Amino acid sequence: MTKIIRRERLVPNIHLLEVEAPEMARRCKPGQFVMLMPDERGERIPLTIADWDAEKGTVSSVFMAVGTSTQKLALLKAGDELPVYAGPLGKPAEIEKFGTVLCAGGCYGIGAIYPIVRALKEAGNTVYTLIDVKANFLMYWEERLKRYSDEFFVSSRDSFFDCKEYIPNVLEKVLQKSKLDRVISIGCTYLMYTCSEATRPKGIKTIVSLNPVMVDGTGMCGACRCTIEGRTKFACVDGPDFDGHAVDWDELFYRRKSYFEDEIRSMCYWEKESLLKE
Amino acid sequence: MADKKTELSPELKARQKAGFIEEWRKEMRKAIPVKERMKMPRQKMPEREADERNKDFEEVNLGLKAKEAVIEAKRCLDCANPQCVAGCPVGIDIPTFIKLIEAGKFSESARKLKETNSLPSICGRVCPQETQCEEVCNLKKATGVPVAIGNLERFASDVERMEGDVFIPKIPPSTGHKVAILGAGPAGLTVAGELAKKGHQITVFEALHMAGGVLVYGIPEFRLPKKILDAEIDYLRKLGVEFRMNFVVGMTATLDDLKQEGYEAFFVGTGAGLPNFMRIPGENLIGIYSANEYLTRVNLMRAYDFPKYDTPVFPGHRVAVLGGGNVAMDSVRTAKRLGAELAAIVYRRSRVEMPARIEEVHHAEEEGIEFHFLTTPTRFIGDENHKVKAMECLRMELGEPDSSGRRRPVPIEGSEFIMEVDLVVVSIGNSPNPLIGQTTPELEIGKWGNVEVDWDTMATNMEGVYAGGDIVRGGATVILAMGDARVAAGEMHKYLNGSG
Repeated sequence: MTKIIRRERLVPNIHLLEVEAPEMARRCKPGQFVMLMPDERGERIPLTIADWDAEKGTVSSVFMAVGTSTQKLALLKAGDELPVYAGPLGKPAEIEKFGTVLCAGGCYGIGAIYPIVRALKEAGNTVYTLIDVKANFLMYWEERLKRYSDEFFVSSRDSFFDCKEYIPNVLEKVLQKSKLDRVISIGCTYLMYTCSEATRPKGIKTIVSLNPVMVDGTGMCGACRCTIEGRTKFACVDGPDFDGHAVDWDELFYRRKSYFEDEIRSMCYWEKESLLKE
Repeated sequence: MADKKTELSPELKARQKAGFIEEWRKEMRKAIPVKERMKMPRQKMPEREADERNKDFEEVNLGLKAKEAVIEAKRCLDCANPQCVAGCPVGIDIPTFIKLIEAGKFSESARKLKETNSLPSICGRVCPQETQCEEVCNLKKATGVPVAIGNLERFASDVERMEGDVFIPKIPPSTGHKVAILGAGPAGLTVAGELAKKGHQITVFEALHMAGGVLVYGIPEFRLPKKILDAEIDYLRKLGVEFRMNFVVGMTATLDDLKQEGYEAFFVGTGAGLPNFMRIPGENLIGIYSANEYLTRVNLMRAYDFPKYDTPVFPGHRVAVLGGGNVAMDSVRTAKRLGAELAAIVYRRSRVEMPARIEEVHHAEEEGIEFHFLTTPTRFIGDENHKVKAMECLRMELGEPDSSGRRRPVPIEGSEFIMEVDLVVVSIGNSPNPLIGQTTPELEIGKWGNVEVDWDTMATNMEGVYAGGDIVRGGATVILAMGDARVAAGEMHKYLNGSG
């Protein structure tokens, strides 16, 4: 069992989960993920690691409460225990001195991209950070990200911000002004797809952190297979990072929503069973 | 991949002989003449009605009753020169355990089994006896029908467990040596049991949240109930074995990290990984599972009880399972139990080449599984939502034998036809798990991604590191993994005592 140190709502629907995992905390690298199960009947789900503290022995993730598993997680509190918390899994993000790198994140990806922003800055890159939020009250970790960013951009449709655009439009504008050596994008599939399309014409290497359905997360089941440059890859052991220009996005969109009806059934069942009982 | 012949060790041979000349055995041999024994019919394994059992996940076989078991034990001729022991990958003293059943000493029989096999109630259920011990049984040579060794093995260990009289051997004082077992599958559990009995301090590291490896995520409840596995794991805990779950070796900690923690010897039993696919168009359509994913969802994650359990599985009305092994049989019978109208095996060779246990094939047939032999899919066809709706298949014919000795299937030109399906389970084997190789650069990895070993000792190129099971073989059986594990355990014991 893995003990929860902290579970708090960062912004509506997005939560931080910090757990006690000393062995893992010593080995985490940017871009890796954990597999966890919120309770004994839960599903095994992957969450990207958003931070860790080797001295304190803790590992953190940021997640969005969307399905049964994440809703269950969102109700847990410090002191509760998770029956499954395994990792760190997946290949770490490539961190080198590339030159100027733009990191684009949205929703849970604002947290998930933070270790990458930090590591890229520490590796001597000029780091631009571009965050997408629907509205100003959905922004979190702005200060931390700014600490490691040479430039900080926001795309939003909220009158609070100057910008009234989606993330690829802002990315294109940055591209017109600056020479980027690499773009890294983490967030919902659509965000990563649109960022990859925005950089495709100029051929700027764009790395995306794919989020297909997983079951074991250790290269045994093949649930997470994706087509990359026409070849099947397993996101859990070959990824999760891939070249955004080589991903078969259509396939990923379809595969990600393949359990849509079951997810609704599961939510309804759980709400009826657990919430109404109390 | 290299295979290994089982040869009896000199100790085992000597023990075999000593047992044979014991007085009670002599008397028992005298009591019933060989001719009479040979006339006794093989006792049929009682099983649940096909039409009832193909709707639930309860066990199919009910196990021999004591009376039937004793009769079956009488069929064993207690040969002077038994072949069965050499046919067993872990070298069980088969005549002795069977004669103990004949003598009515069931618990003693179970203890005899456990001397060489840490998981007898599992092997009695899942071993392919017909190609191992029962294949070479002298009674088979004489009458065509071998002793039901597997059923008797199951009987003895089940009786011991059900009577709550599980014998825990006395553990010698701790040797102080720490051993790390990587992977809680059949190989890892075997090494754990063997070395714990020698007084070493054993920790089993497992990536998933339940111990058992393929026994828990792969083999379904109707063939191996979880409570049987739980009892075996419980037995290991009583031997002092410690389990650490959710620990992905190489990722959570490397072999080097574990060395720092004081572990001196290692057994790599991380098993199968990366399921193989057909590499034909449309394979990533929705509704196409690897057998590993399908079975893991249903067995480990209990998708058959969705939405009580959160993990879903596509039910499938017309299900095709590609392959002819035990995993394929497990998958297709699972599909039937989940309500499929059509649950079919699609296999590119013919019936005789199927590697599955004969019993599983019989059971599948009884349960209404269809078999499409000499058929192979060439592409999958999806609907507008990228969900599989059909597959195009080719008919095959058998040509010349290939390297496996089986006749090679050759496509018949122009024989394409469409088979309508809404769920496909690809069950054509696995490659070894890649994580240990990726994270242990010094470890020698073969061209199939397997860990390379010296087959006589199961030692890898790294000092104190041994390996066995699917991580070495690619995709084999529970009992072959356990055979590797027994060899490795013996060598690891020598190594720890400084004589390896």
